[in-house]
Amino acid sequence: MTESYLLTILIFSPLLGIVLLSVMPANHRFVRMIGVLGTALPLSLTLLVFGLFDRSTAEVQFGEYHSWFELMTSVSPNEPYPITYNLGVTGISVLFLMLAALITFLASFAALRIQESVKSFYILFLTVEFGILGVFSSENLFLFFLFFEITLVSMFFLVGKWGGFAREKAAFSFLIYNGLGSVLLLIVIIVLFVEMRTTNISELTMLLQETDSLEFLSRGTRMWLFILLLLAFGTKLPIVPLHTWMVRVHVEAPIAVVMIHAGVLLKIGAYGLIRFGAGFFPEQLREMAVILAILGVINLLYGAFIALVQTELRAVLAYASISHMGIVVLGVAAFNTAGLQGAVFQTISHGLIAALLFLLVGVLIDRFGTTKLEELGGIASQTPLFGGFLLAAGLASLGLPGMSGFISEFLAFLGLFEAMPVIGGIGLLGLILTAVYMLRAVLGITYGKRQPHFDQKRDLTPVELVPAAILLSMIIWIGVYPALLSNTLQIARTLGIGG
Amino acid sequence: MNMDTLLQYQWGSMMPEFTILLTAIALSLLDLFMKRERDRTLLAWLSLAGIGTAIVCLVLQFDNGVVSILNETYRLDSFAKAFKLLMLIGTGFVLLLGLPSADDLVEVRGEYYYLLLTALLGGMMMASSADLITLFVGLELLSLSSYILVGIRKTNAFANEAAFKYVVNGGIATAITLFGMSYLYGLTGETNIYEIQGLMASDVVTENRYLAVFSFLMIFFGLAFKITAAPFHMWAPDVYQGAETPITAFLSVVSKMAGFAIMLRILMVPFVFAPGTGKIITPEGISYETLLVSVRPYLVLVVVLTILIGNVIALRQLNAKRLFAYSSIAHAGYLLVPFAALSELVFDAVWFYLVAYLLMNLGAFAVIHALSEEKEEVTLASFAGLFKRSPYLTIAMTIYLLSLAGIPLTAGFIGKFEIFMSALGTEPKRYILSIAMLFGTVLSYIYYFGFLVQMYFRPSEKKLPINTSNGITAVLAITAAGTVLLGIFPSIALTFIHDHFQFLEIFNR
Repeated sequence: MTESYLLTILIFSPLLGIVLLSVMPANHRFVRMIGVLGTALPLSLTLLVFGLFDRSTAEVQFGEYHSWFELMTSVSPNEPYPITYNLGVTGISVLFLMLAALITFLASFAALRIQESVKSFYILFLTVEFGILGVFSSENLFLFFLFFEITLVSMFFLVGKWGGFAREKAAFSFLIYNGLGSVLLLIVIIVLFVEMRTTNISELTMLLQETDSLEFLSRGTRMWLFILLLLAFGTKLPIVPLHTWMVRVHVEAPIAVVMIHAGVLLKIGAYGLIRFGAGFFPEQLREMAVILAILGVINLLYGAFIALVQTELRAVLAYASISHMGIVVLGVAAFNTAGLQGAVFQTISHGLIAALLFLLVGVLIDRFGTTKLEELGGIASQTPLFGGFLLAAGLASLGLPGMSGFISEFLAFLGLFEAMPVIGGIGLLGLILTAVYMLRAVLGITYGKRQPHFDQKRDLTPVELVPAAILLSMIIWIGVYPALLSNTLQIARTLGIGG
Repeated sequence: MNMDTLLQYQWGSMMPEFTILLTAIALSLLDLFMKRERDRTLLAWLSLAGIGTAIVCLVLQFDNGVVSILNETYRLDSFAKAFKLLMLIGTGFVLLLGLPSADDLVEVRGEYYYLLLTALLGGMMMASSADLITLFVGLELLSLSSYILVGIRKTNAFANEAAFKYVVNGGIATAITLFGMSYLYGLTGETNIYEIQGLMASDVVTENRYLAVFSFLMIFFGLAFKITAAPFHMWAPDVYQGAETPITAFLSVVSKMAGFAIMLRILMVPFVFAPGTGKIITPEGISYETLLVSVRPYLVLVVVLTILIGNVIALRQLNAKRLFAYSSIAHAGYLLVPFAALSELVFDAVWFYLVAYLLMNLGAFAVIHALSEEKEEVTLASFAGLFKRSPYLTIAMTIYLLSLAGIPLTAGFIGKFEIFMSALGTEPKRYILSIAMLFGTVLSYIYYFGFLVQMYFRPSEKKLPINTSNGITAVLAITAAGTVLLGIFPSIALTFIHDHFQFLEIFNR
């Protein structure tokens, strides 16, 4: 493990944009440009990390280690509790980093439409990116938590100030649910810290799998910690019934923020569940697997059924997200290579698809001023490019072969059928429902009854077309060449599980 | 006692107290001879100079060992030094807040300054006393000075009501404390807490274990008043609202620190070896668990109630000072967690949290004070659109609020982290305390972020920026910088504790 500062530079790179923006006058003509370029810098650095990442090993790479501070007790001052600044990436984190940097970059284009307090918006937007990049590069739970909270606070502002009509309610709902989740996470971190005297993630993973570690942390305590983690990350994911905040944010937040939220932030839940839930407490996960799988199926079916009856596109997509996150939970519950691979693939794939869909919703709002399904129809004839992309995104979302959604669902269910065939069978019903609600929404908008007042609307402009095209090509690329992800992922080796 | 005995004492250890005392006397004389209509700002500067000198005297003694004088009624150990340092700094900030007395503390005369100093003196005595009598004298000196300070605006109805409530509640609490102390004296025949500590294992005490527990609980409940913990928290909202903002800041920060100092000392030291009520059967025979273990359920109950009451009622408050009163109650609850958990971290965690609390709470009160120059009654709505009006003030307030809410990169987070550690690092783990803190923290997000919503999202009726006096600006700059600095580099304070304070000295005679 060689010392490098690449990850530190990567994480802190959005700060350059933040600093530049803060010294600029608010109505400067370069504000938007700096905002977009501010996200381009982290993206290029992430590409560098992605390129340099050694796919032949499952070790932590680009590790950085500096002691930060120590907590000492008066009673035993010579046995301090060390807190370290500790970065590093494994296969999973690299993929999530890539996703985060890409989607933030593309979302910054969607943010060009923001009219009010543009400067503050981009500052906060870059702060969220700073937090997200930190979350996925932390090799230390303390740091992970710190960055996690940064995203929490900055998202609160983004939703609360630039959101729709009920924005403040959505912001508070986001804050309370996620705040509760983060404090639960904090308790897990502290218990692990006081027992193991380290917050280093790979060290903890290793220590917890040693047999004599049961002396420090009994099976019962581990189960509790696992359940707390499940609650903490389940809120983020979200697992029904902890999902209400997420629907509000999806419906109220500005499009660029929803792209990040649906595309990246929800993924922290999946990331945490796999990295910490499965990594620290594999035994407890196996014991809870059936319950987890049932939760996953509930998510899948509940989300799908509710999506069926929504009359508003953003709400359809919000519930679709819940439904798709169910597949992630199912993949984790299967807890074998295929299942976990499927879970990671699904998070990445859903990140891309959700970002694409919301990008298009943003266009819809801009051109037609509504997202109500009944007020939209037949737009493919006026805006063929837009209609085509929307249809493609919808198909990707329902898991059409050749696109990323298919390969993710396939892998997740492959793993699930191996572990729990009955639940897998029930889950398949969800996939059919997905096709129903997705096609109903998308086909209605593209080919449905044409609304007369929609005549002569502009099709996708280059600023919209390029991000959409990039996302779609990524979706198809993963769909036809999944090795792109699996080579990097090495899930079995990272978590040290067999099968 | 003759001259020789008097001279053999190491009076130098009392230098900080003497400095404060002399400053207070000098100020009162000056005030007496100054013309009535003359500006009293000079007195503020003199008090600040006195506090500065006292801090220097204190710092010079940092690395000395334990000094015990006056028949072991007064002792200067690390514990006392650590708390005195905080109280001195806190009072310094309060004085800075009150600087522009010419226009806003209209009714305030010179007594404001020397009462503040005598209150501080009482707090310092409390931190240093090793005897129930000196302890009580210190407590009363602090309390009496604060009663007057609260009511110092003679013509203000709110202030009158506040002072009255404060005196009555304080009187009851003091009586209860004294009642508890009398049992302690009755059981052991001693007033020196170190003597008591030794006598606690005697047969008399063992036979009257329930009386010892009773005594403990009475003292604890009585002192709960000073730190605004349940069940004696009710005075806080009215008093905080009625008092002049710098005085509110003093009560919520300095007075509370003194309360924690006395609480830790009088409840830890005498009772540390005391037998409790529960029996433990060992192969050697029957022994008793320690008193601190026996009373733990009551302490836990108080902590949980304090945290929940503070946070839940704060949700409904519209007046900023009342809201901060409840928030201050909640923080008292957090601060009691390490004590109720009897953690190894108790001194370190409490001290660090008090540092953080000093910075963030004084900062917040400084902002409220700045706003009250515009309109006496500072409500939540007074914060509307503040960002457009005074961005720097808003950013400072944001830092305090995030720190109070325990968001990372602020001192408040590190403090809370340590407190959580103290609850979860004991065996068995104190999950109840952690859960109470968890709910408290999440509830507190609602009202702290409510301020942020006002400041950033809501439009303001007024457009003009808020004027801040130099004193307020100085406090804001120091506290905001300190909050962030200790959040990012907590080792500054942590190493400082480690290098200079051996808290365990508190138990050595």
